[in-house]
Amino acid sequence: MAIKVIAPGLSTTVQDLGRPGYYHLGIPLSGGMDRFALHAANILVGNDEGAAALEAVFMGPELEFTADALVAVAGADLPPKVDGAGQPGWTSFRVKSGQVLSFDFLKAGARAYIAVSGGIDVPMILGSRSTYTLGALGGHEGRKLQAGDQLAVGTSAKPAKEGRSVPAKLRRMPGVPAELRALPGLYWHRITELSGRAFFDDTWKVAPEADRIGYRFKGGKPLEFVPRKQPFGAGSDPSNIVDACYPYGSIQVPGGTEPIVLHRDAVSGGGYFMIGTVISADMDLIGQLQPHAPSRFVKVDMATALRARHDREALLNKVRAALN
Amino acid sequence: MNTRYSFGGDEHVFVEVDEEMSLEAFFKSLSMTTAVKESRIKGVTEICPANASFQIKFDPDQIKPDDLLAELKRLEGAAEKAESSIKTRIIEIPVLYNDPWTRETLMRFRERHQDPNSTDIEYAARICHLDGVDGFVKAHSGAPWFVSMVGFVAGLPFLYQMVDRTRQIEVPKYLRPRTDTPKLTVGHGGCFGCIYSVRGAGGYQMFGITPMPIYDPKQEIKYLKDFMVFFRPGDIVKWKPIDRATYDAAVADVAAGKFAPRVRDVTFSLDEFHKDIDGTNAKLQGVLYGH
Repeated sequence: MAIKVIAPGLSTTVQDLGRPGYYHLGIPLSGGMDRFALHAANILVGNDEGAAALEAVFMGPELEFTADALVAVAGADLPPKVDGAGQPGWTSFRVKSGQVLSFDFLKAGARAYIAVSGGIDVPMILGSRSTYTLGALGGHEGRKLQAGDQLAVGTSAKPAKEGRSVPAKLRRMPGVPAELRALPGLYWHRITELSGRAFFDDTWKVAPEADRIGYRFKGGKPLEFVPRKQPFGAGSDPSNIVDACYPYGSIQVPGGTEPIVLHRDAVSGGGYFMIGTVISADMDLIGQLQPHAPSRFVKVDMATALRARHDREALLNKVRAALN
Repeated sequence: MNTRYSFGGDEHVFVEVDEEMSLEAFFKSLSMTTAVKESRIKGVTEICPANASFQIKFDPDQIKPDDLLAELKRLEGAAEKAESSIKTRIIEIPVLYNDPWTRETLMRFRERHQDPNSTDIEYAARICHLDGVDGFVKAHSGAPWFVSMVGFVAGLPFLYQMVDRTRQIEVPKYLRPRTDTPKLTVGHGGCFGCIYSVRGAGGYQMFGITPMPIYDPKQEIKYLKDFMVFFRPGDIVKWKPIDRATYDAAVADVAAGKFAPRVRDVTFSLDEFHKDIDGTNAKLQGVLYGH
C-alpha cells in the first residue's frame, strides 16, 4: 500500500482513459472527464498517459503516502499542499513516505487530476481501472474513495524529474462564458427553426445536477416542437422517442426545458430526444464547469468539429514535446 | 420504414430504422448491426443496437465520417434482404408481482405519478382496460417478450411484448422520474418493459420484482461468472408469476449459489410469428418447458 486515504474529499474516484467496447450492454466508457488534464498529469510524473489517477471534484482529498512518489495535479485550480506547504499546479513535485498531500479551496475549474508516479494500481476490470459508480464497477471497490481506504501504487516505468511544469499557454480550461461547440443532428428536426436558433443564442447556466453521467443546463428558452402524432412506443410527451442509444456528448432535452449533455458515465440509451452532440474536442471543458457557470452552445459543422479535434491533439503534442 | 442517418458529433453515427417501434424495425436494426460487425470496418469502436435504431461509435482519425456513412448505406441494402430468423434463447424470469419493496418505493414518490390514489399496477390495469391486478398479471405474463435493447445502465434489458399491437401494454412514464428504484424491479414505460439491473433513478411504472440477479460486477453468481451482464439483444423472456414463499426460496438459492435460470435454445422466425402469433408463442413455451 502506498496511499492511505485520511479524508476522501467530496467525490474522488480512480479514473484512466476508460473502458471501450461495452456500451452496447449499458456499460459506459467512464474515465477522466477532462482527458486533456489527465494526460498532462500523467506525462508530468513520467507515467503512461493512460495510467490511472485520482479525479477529485470541487474538493481535494487528504492522502498520507507510505512510500516516496512523484505527484502532479492538473486540471482545476485546486492548490496542492505537502505537509501544509503549497505546491504549484500542472507541475511535478515530490512527496516522501510519511508526508500528507492535502488541498486548498478550489479557485477555478471543477475537477483536479492527481497523478502519482507508477499510477494507482487497482484491478483492471474489462480492460480499465476506471470507476463506474452507478454499476459499482472498477476503480477502488466500484465506488468513490472513503476515509480509511488504502491504495496501491504501481512501479514507475521511467523516472521523471520534479519541478517540471506544463507552460501556462498549453493548459486548456473553459472561458467565461464557456463555449461548447455542438453539431446539430439526431432529432434536431423535432424543434422549430426559431427554437433551434434560440438554443444557440441563449446563455445557459450549469444546474446543480451535474455529474459524471451528465451535465444539466438551465436558464435558456424552452424549446418549441414541430407538431406530430407520437410514433407507437414512444410515449406521449413531444420530447419522447422510441428508446434509442445516446451518444457521448449528446444533448437531450426532457420536456423541452433543460438540456442535459451526457458525459463519460453516460446512460447508454433512453426515451428522450436529442438535438445534437457536443464535439469530442470540447468534452474535456464540460468536466471543468462548476454549477452556475454561464455557458453557450456554439453551432458547428463536421469540418469544424474535425479541425477542433486535431487542434486539441496538436496542443497535447505540444505538452508532450515540452516535457519529454 | 424509412431509414434516417445522422451524425452524433464527430464520433457517432445514429441510424434510425423507423420512428415507431415494431419487430420488423428491430430485426432490420439487428441485421444491420450484425452486418457492420461482420464487415469489420476500420475505425468502428462500438456497435450498439437499440429498439428501432442503432448507433456506431467510430474514430474519425481512422475513417472519414462520410466514408463510414457510405459504407453503412451499402450494408442497409443487404440487411433488407436478410432472413428475419435468429437463433437465440428463451429464459424464464420469476416475478413476484405487487411486491412490498416496489410498493414502498412507489408510495414514497406518489406525487410524481399520474394517479396518486392507486399503485402503479392498479393504474396500469385500469388504463389498459384489464380486470384488476390479477387481469394485469395475466396479460403481462401470458405471452413472451423480446429483448430489443440492453442499456440505459449496465445490463438493463428493454423488452417488447410479443403480441399484436392492440393487445400490447402501453403506459406513460412517471410525470417526473423517481430518484430511487429497487434493484431487480420489473418496470414498464411506453410499450417497453424492463428489469432494473441496479438500484437507482427511473421513470418506468413498477409492477414487481424478480429474485434473479441479471448483473454482477463481482462475478460471484455462478451463471454470471463468464460475463457480468446476463442479457443480449434478441433474447426471449417468459415471466413466471411466483408467490412470496417461492420468491424467498429463490433469493436464498441465489445466496447459496444454487439458483440456475431456466434457459433453452430456440430459433425465432419473424415470418412464422406473423402468420400465427399465439401458435408461435405456444411453441416457444413448449421448448422452454419441454412439452
